[in-house]
Amino acid sequence: MNSFLSANAELMITLVKIALLLFIVLTVNAYLTWFERKVVAHIQSRWGPHRVGPHGLLQPLADGLKFLFKEDPTPAGVDKFVYYLAPLLALALALTSIALIPFGPDPIRLFGRDIYLGITPPDLNIGILALFAVTALGVYGVALAGWSSNSKYPLLGGLRSSAQMISYELALTMSAVGVLLMAGSFNLKKIIEAQAHHPEWGLFGWNVWPQILGFFCFFIAAVAETNRVPFDLPEAESELVAGFHTEYSSFKFAMFFIAEYTSMITVSCLCSILFFGGWLSPFPASWTYAHYLPSAILIPFGLWVIWDGIRYETLFGRIVLPGVGTAITALGALFVLLPEVNAFIQAPFWLLSKIFVFLFVYVWMRGTLPRFRYDQLMAFGWKLLLPLSIVNVILTSFAILAKMQWWGAK
Amino acid sequence: MTAQLAVFLVLAAMAVTGAVSLILQKHPIHSALSLIVVMISLAGLYLLLGAEFVAAVQIIVYGGAIMVLFVFVIMLLNAGIEEHTSISKMAGAPGLLLVVALAGFVAATIARSTENIQATSQTGELASTLGISNMLFKDFVYPFELTSFLILVAVLGATVLAQREKS
Repeated sequence: MNSFLSANAELMITLVKIALLLFIVLTVNAYLTWFERKVVAHIQSRWGPHRVGPHGLLQPLADGLKFLFKEDPTPAGVDKFVYYLAPLLALALALTSIALIPFGPDPIRLFGRDIYLGITPPDLNIGILALFAVTALGVYGVALAGWSSNSKYPLLGGLRSSAQMISYELALTMSAVGVLLMAGSFNLKKIIEAQAHHPEWGLFGWNVWPQILGFFCFFIAAVAETNRVPFDLPEAESELVAGFHTEYSSFKFAMFFIAEYTSMITVSCLCSILFFGGWLSPFPASWTYAHYLPSAILIPFGLWVIWDGIRYETLFGRIVLPGVGTAITALGALFVLLPEVNAFIQAPFWLLSKIFVFLFVYVWMRGTLPRFRYDQLMAFGWKLLLPLSIVNVILTSFAILAKMQWWGAK
Repeated sequence: MTAQLAVFLVLAAMAVTGAVSLILQKHPIHSALSLIVVMISLAGLYLLLGAEFVAAVQIIVYGGAIMVLFVFVIMLLNAGIEEHTSISKMAGAPGLLLVVALAGFVAATIARSTENIQATSQTGELASTLGISNMLFKDFVYPFELTSFLILVAVLGATVLAQREKS
């Protein structure tokens, strides 16, 4: 057994990493639904979920159990194979795309091996291309679900979503070209490193400044690609009941749900990596005291959770919340006390913070913006976003050419 | 090398199964799905040969764009199950002969050039992104631009044909 483990160590590590990432992503997804409901509720002056567990924190668990135990009828006349394949495909592709994201530049040394954060090593040569390839296949889950359900609303929803995803994928890919030109590579790690050429500039070295046009196109196209508000035409409930997943219930519906939230996380990762410096700190490299920022956030937050928990109205909350708060405070204290750990968590901390900000923007938009009309959506994609992203590519190319010609920079 | 061979065998089996299933399926959507399986297995084979860029582009262009359009059109037309005719004798006899001839030809080629195939499995520099872009935009820039012009003409032609009934 031991010799087998050491002979296939690479394989074993990858399997453990896959299991771990799956667990983390699914948990984050579950709490993302809680976060979304809470934030949208507060935008609309409501409380949101607050019955199940303290602050409604056990609501995702209750929802998950409900999905598992609900009856799962298969409608008459569906194309069985494709009907069962579609949610699987949607979920598998969404999870594959997140496996291609690197979460930090430095490996952890465990058991005498370098273990990178993220399933693929961070310097995958075709990193972004592979991501786009997986995203390009993502449309099948939705389109096939709509077609195989043998019902008119899902069919219309599926058609709409295929058309929408084809249209916006062009703008999505074209708007990333500017960043690729500046980095000169498809490699996600090199794209991030290219934004760190001037360590003293901090956040002003990020791609979002020269590529503001590209970021504008990329983010809008990405929101459309994930079928979120204001581009959630495929599931416009006032017109199409629930769009492509009308005929799905129980866990098959949950799979579409998880796929949608996972692709939200992937898109947030891509936005932060391509335009916001990925795991780079927004502060100049000489501000070393900024390294204590994770602790400076975690410790007060943990103390606040303890304080809030002591006064909580249910006994369960008075026990659980201070416990969680103590754990968070202890984590913050740990980072202060162990400088090596603190240095290591800087990169993942910044990447995760940026991802969190983008997820908040997603929810914020859902709470704020009305839905587009279908013809507006198509006109916007083809007549505004695509030309803008092409203009961005041309401008960036000329700028790089001019830089090479006159300043002799490489 | 054994792991590579195993991956190759799995991918090749997937590609062949997909191709056979493409012909045998009765419903157009199932045929389209089989074709997607073929495309993705081919991308895997390219990856195995070290041609990362070609593999990614294979999935993006064929697996993503073109096959999505196929599926989209099949869904839009709501094409049903195809009627199957018995194979005509005209096509049957020469077809069988051609299959045997092709199989023999491929087998003979493989049997004769085992060493060459081994030697060319390292594509390396030529298939990298840099190598391909050097070829496309330096060595073969005029044929490349002419091809894109041809595609533009085809797009214009399609638009004109589609709009003919209105005018």
